[in-house]
Amino acid sequence: MIELFLDLTSTGLLAAGSIFVLIGAFGLIRLPDFYTRLHASGITDTLGAELILLGLMFQAGLSLVTVKLILISLFIFFTSPTATHAVANAARVMGLKPMLVPDKDIETTEDR
Amino acid sequence: MPYIIGLSLSLASFWLLMSGIYTPLILFLGFVSVLFVLYLIRRMDALDEDVFEFKLKTKYFSYWSWLAKEIFKANINVSKVILSPRLKLSPRMVRVPLSQSTELAKVIYANSITLTPGTVSVEIEGNEIIVHALTQELMDGLIEGDMDKRVTHLEEA
Repeated sequence: MIELFLDLTSTGLLAAGSIFVLIGAFGLIRLPDFYTRLHASGITDTLGAELILLGLMFQAGLSLVTVKLILISLFIFFTSPTATHAVANAARVMGLKPMLVPDKDIETTEDR
Repeated sequence: MPYIIGLSLSLASFWLLMSGIYTPLILFLGFVSVLFVLYLIRRMDALDEDVFEFKLKTKYFSYWSWLAKEIFKANINVSKVILSPRLKLSPRMVRVPLSQSTELAKVIYANSITLTPGTVSVEIEGNEIIVHALTQELMDGLIEGDMDKRVTHLEEA
């Protein structure tokens, strides 16, 4: 009974995570420019990855594997925003202008 | 020197815990990876005693659970934007003031912004942070300053 419940929860979480990864990939293609695409990859990095890891934890049960999965999810939480920031910052340093942004925004965020 | 030894020992024990396979070849590979990590840290010029302190406070946990909730809401929000048949985008790139004084708190704030889908911190300049947001709505939520206040609260002793 409990086995079945765990399996169902795990399947649900894995399916939901996969859907969010798909939405992230879809956004990556659909959004118009570099900066807006970063937001789509954010979905894959956060909810997509974490839901899949959570689903896998339910599969692994109380074991060393679950400890490892928890560590992986913590590392994702610390490294993914740092990497996203590094990429966005590099684009700005190279002088890439964001699309669709009002002109006044671009003026105020130019280098002072 | 004691710092390097301590670091190698903790790296080695972490590796042993994660690996679980103790044959000579795998152990040798672990040894090589510890050396490689030490080499990388030396190249980054981070191999000094000047390690910043991170004390785990109980209020971090309440912040993290609040942040998890925000991340969930933002995910749903951005997913809706992506899936709507007519892409209704109103991207903004704005300087947002930040009220933290320590580097650690600034990094926590900037990383929280980036971790929430729909907003990305592009640069920190003094007391301002340049943020790119996918829609006007997400930017308004950030400018309200709720997250900023919560991170500043973490900084207090």
